[in-house]
Amino acid sequence: MLLQVHQNRQRKEDTMSNNKLSLILKGIIKENPTFVLVLGMCPTLGTTTSAINGLGMGVATMAVLILSNMFIAMIKNLIPDKVRIPAFIVVIASFVTVVDMLMQAFVPSLYSALGVFIPLIVVNCIILGRAEAFASKNGVIDSALDGVGIGLGFTLSLTTIGCVREILGSGSVFGLSLGIADYMPLVFVLAPGAFLVLGFLMVLFNKYLKK
Amino acid sequence: MEYFAIIIGAIFVNNVVLAQFLGICPFLGVSSKVETSLGMGAAVTFVMALSSVVVWLIEEYILAPLGIEFMQTIVFILVIAALVQMVEIVLKKVSPALYQALGIFLPLITTNCAVLGVALLMVQKEYGLLEGLVYSTSTALGFAVALVLFAGMRERLEFEEVPKAFEGVPIALITAALLAMAFMGFSGLV
Repeated sequence: MLLQVHQNRQRKEDTMSNNKLSLILKGIIKENPTFVLVLGMCPTLGTTTSAINGLGMGVATMAVLILSNMFIAMIKNLIPDKVRIPAFIVVIASFVTVVDMLMQAFVPSLYSALGVFIPLIVVNCIILGRAEAFASKNGVIDSALDGVGIGLGFTLSLTTIGCVREILGSGSVFGLSLGIADYMPLVFVLAPGAFLVLGFLMVLFNKYLKK
Repeated sequence: MEYFAIIIGAIFVNNVVLAQFLGICPFLGVSSKVETSLGMGAAVTFVMALSSVVVWLIEEYILAPLGIEFMQTIVFILVIAALVQMVEIVLKKVSPALYQALGIFLPLITTNCAVLGVALLMVQKEYGLLEGLVYSTSTALGFAVALVLFAGMRERLEFEEVPKAFEGVPIALITAALLAMAFMGFSGLV
C-alpha cells in the first residue's frame, strides 16, 4: 500500500517535469476536441465553409478558452461550489462579449461571415467543459497551457475541415484559386457537405491517428 | 401569409439543425431512439417558445431603451438558464406526469445552442413579439422533425454492419449528410 502511494507520487513527479509540453500536445491528437471528444459540433459544422472562416472561428474560440481558463483558475477559491456553473457561464459570456466586439471592430468581414456563431461561443461545450474539468482544479499557468492545447487542437481541426471543404467545394485554398473551380461540386460548401466531410475526416482520424 | 412563410421557412427551408447547424449536440446525442427524441423535441419546443417571449420583452423594454444591446449574450444565456430551472421547478409541482416525460431533457437544454441561437437570430431579424413567437416555435418544430427523422434512421442503422472506423459518430454524420441533402430539396420554396 505504502509502496504504491510512493510509486504514484514518483510517477506524478516524473510527469510534472514534462507535463507543460504534454499539456499543450494532448489537445491536438489524444484529446482532440473535435475528432476524439466530439465537442463543439455546431461551430465545427457551421463555420467551416472556407479555410479562413474555420481558422477565424478556431482562433476566436481559443482566445475565449485561454482567457476564461486563466480567470476561472484565478478565482476558483472564491466561487461557492453550488453556483459554480452559473459563475463560469458569466465569466465565459463576458470574454465572449469582449471577443465579439473586438472582431466586429477589427475583422468586420470575418465577423459577418461567422455571424451568430461568435456569440454562441458561450454555449460551446468545450469551454465550459475545460472550466469544469481542468481550470477549477489547477493553477493559472497550467490552465492557460491547457487552453492553448485544446484551443490549438480545435483550431487545427476547424482549419483542416475548412480547407477540405473549400478545395472540394469551390476549388481554392485560403481564398487562392486553384483554377479548378468549374469542376468542383458546390455541395461541399453547403450544409450536406459539412456533415459528409466531418464524417469522413473522423473516419480517417479513427483509422490512422487514434491509437 | 407572412406567418405561413415564416413557419415553412423555419421548419423546412432553413431547418435549424440541417441547414443552420444549431443544436447539433442533442441531435447526435439524444437521437438513438424515436421515443426519447420525441420527448427532447417537445421539451425544446416548450422552452424555445417561452424563452423567445421573455427574451423579446427583455430586449424591447430593458436592453434597447438603456442602449446596452452589447450585453445581449450575457443576459440571454442567464435568462435562458434561469428559465429552464424555473420550468423544471414549476413542472415538478404542477404537472408531475409532464415532468416525468420531459424531466431528464430539461437540464440538457441550457447547453443547447439552438435556444440561445434562435433568441439572438430573432432579435437580429427584428421580429415583433408575435412573429418572434411563431418563428421560434416553428424553428423548434423543425428541430423536432429533424431529430425524429434522424432517430428513425439511426434505429435502422443499429442493425447494420458498419466498418470499424465508421462506427458511432462518423456514420451518424454521414447519415445526417444524406438527410441534409434531402432537406435541400425544400430550398427556394419560400
